[in-house]
Amino acid sequence: MKLYDRIFPPKTLTLPNGKQVKKPCSRAPLIVVIFLAMSVISVKVTGFDMTVLITRIKEFFVILGDMIPPRWDYMPQIWKPLFDTIKMSLLGSFIGSVLVVPFAMLASTNIIHNRIVVAAMRLLLSIIRTLPTLVSALIATYIFGLGTLAGTTAIAVFTFAYIGKILYEEIETVDMGPFEAMEAMGATKARAFVSAIVPQVLPSYLSNCLFCFEGNVRYASILGYVGAGGLGLILNEKIGWREYASVGMILLALFVTVFIIETISRAARKRLV
Amino acid sequence: MDKRIQQAYEQRPKPWVFELTVALVVIALLVWSGTAVETAGTTQSGAKIAANILSGIFHPDTRLLFNLTKQGVLYLLLETMCIAFLGTIVGAIISIPLAFISASNLTPKPVAFIGRIIIMAIRTVPAFVYGLMFIRVTGPGAFAGLLTMSLCSVGMVSKMYIEAIEDLDVRVLESLDAAGCTTWQKIRYGILPQLMPNFASTAIYRFDINLRDATVLGLVGAGGIGAPLIFAMNAYRWEEAGAILAGLIVLVLIVEWISTKIRVKLARG
Repeated sequence: MKLYDRIFPPKTLTLPNGKQVKKPCSRAPLIVVIFLAMSVISVKVTGFDMTVLITRIKEFFVILGDMIPPRWDYMPQIWKPLFDTIKMSLLGSFIGSVLVVPFAMLASTNIIHNRIVVAAMRLLLSIIRTLPTLVSALIATYIFGLGTLAGTTAIAVFTFAYIGKILYEEIETVDMGPFEAMEAMGATKARAFVSAIVPQVLPSYLSNCLFCFEGNVRYASILGYVGAGGLGLILNEKIGWREYASVGMILLALFVTVFIIETISRAARKRLV
Repeated sequence: MDKRIQQAYEQRPKPWVFELTVALVVIALLVWSGTAVETAGTTQSGAKIAANILSGIFHPDTRLLFNLTKQGVLYLLLETMCIAFLGTIVGAIISIPLAFISASNLTPKPVAFIGRIIIMAIRTVPAFVYGLMFIRVTGPGAFAGLLTMSLCSVGMVSKMYIEAIEDLDVRVLESLDAAGCTTWQKIRYGILPQLMPNFASTAIYRFDINLRDATVLGLVGAGGIGAPLIFAMNAYRWEEAGAILAGLIVLVLIVEWISTKIRVKLARG
């Protein structure tokens, strides 16, 4: 940005009291140019075409129209996969969020003063976070076989990375007084962590876990696509057979479930924080 | 004195009934969800397969990784990035009217509620269903991926936009009113400066997520890096999968680092 100021020198204004102040040139043109350049490249690469979009957009609603009205008598077959999805996400969220606690502790700078350990932990968490859930689910199906166990693992891995980042950021903002007092009294790090840090981060940690669980229910429905159990399995099947009315029913069931879970968890989160 | 402290201490609120109930419910739910786990599918060779996968991923196929043609990882990454970029922009634009409709401080309650239901419905449909629907519109390829990505972004982006709009400081608008500004001036000097940093920050954050989720598009042939990755994995070509994953992880880490910098700058003004 210093270079930018040198190319476009700031305007000098003289105030009524004789003082001179510098008003730097607006950065907006630079940002707009970069933005436009990126958009042009993206349009070229992806083949974005407004005319195609406008003339053919009604095709989008063809499948949507086939989904309405949904096939109500298909509902009895949905219950099991639906509950499988919920169970998968519940267990996966729980395992992931519990396992991550020691790792998050090791990744917070205010508890561990060894910079190498902190950096290594953070790198590990970011790499796991960048690993697409679909890929971890696919790998899990090779190891655990097709079924809900693979889906549970994939969700646990995702939750692990997501909660890990939030948790260490949370830990870094706590009041360190109690922790230091406990250490001064001769408590070990782990003991001081449990008694001084945990009560401070617990409400927001639980709230984040619930939030993650909400998202996982929705995410778990994709995992069936690679054979990791749950709703995605029958969703994939029905799409393959072009039974869009059944697809509509599955989506409706998912929507209602997500709505109920979100309402409950939002109420719980309001009480927590 | 000691006695009174003792008494007060004895009378402290004891929420153990509530806590016990919550604990029991949670344990019951966990036991219930444990019944879904099928271990029957686990093969004996699971550990061996895992070792194979790991060795493949840590020995990426460098020829594919540094290939400059259209099949190389670098071009695929560029395509994925372009899909995520335009998808985010289109999604962010769609979200703006939706967010204004659903902000409860601007519109009457019933309208806001309907807006929220629409947003939730858009969010619930999994990405590959949208992908299939858009392939009918544009044919397979990056364009379909872009449109899918934009609809998938709408849910989260509009939710955060709504929060930004609801946090709007109306006193600024009142003082602009008192100074005799026109509606456009109020929007330009009262609303835009308050919302722009927030909106931009949300869009950048969503771009991060879109880049990470772009693999899903490959499932239905909607372009991007997902399809080659899934093909490589289904064919047990772990060196190729490792090369693609390595490229993707490095790209996502770089983009995340840059976007965090920009967002911190936006937040601090």
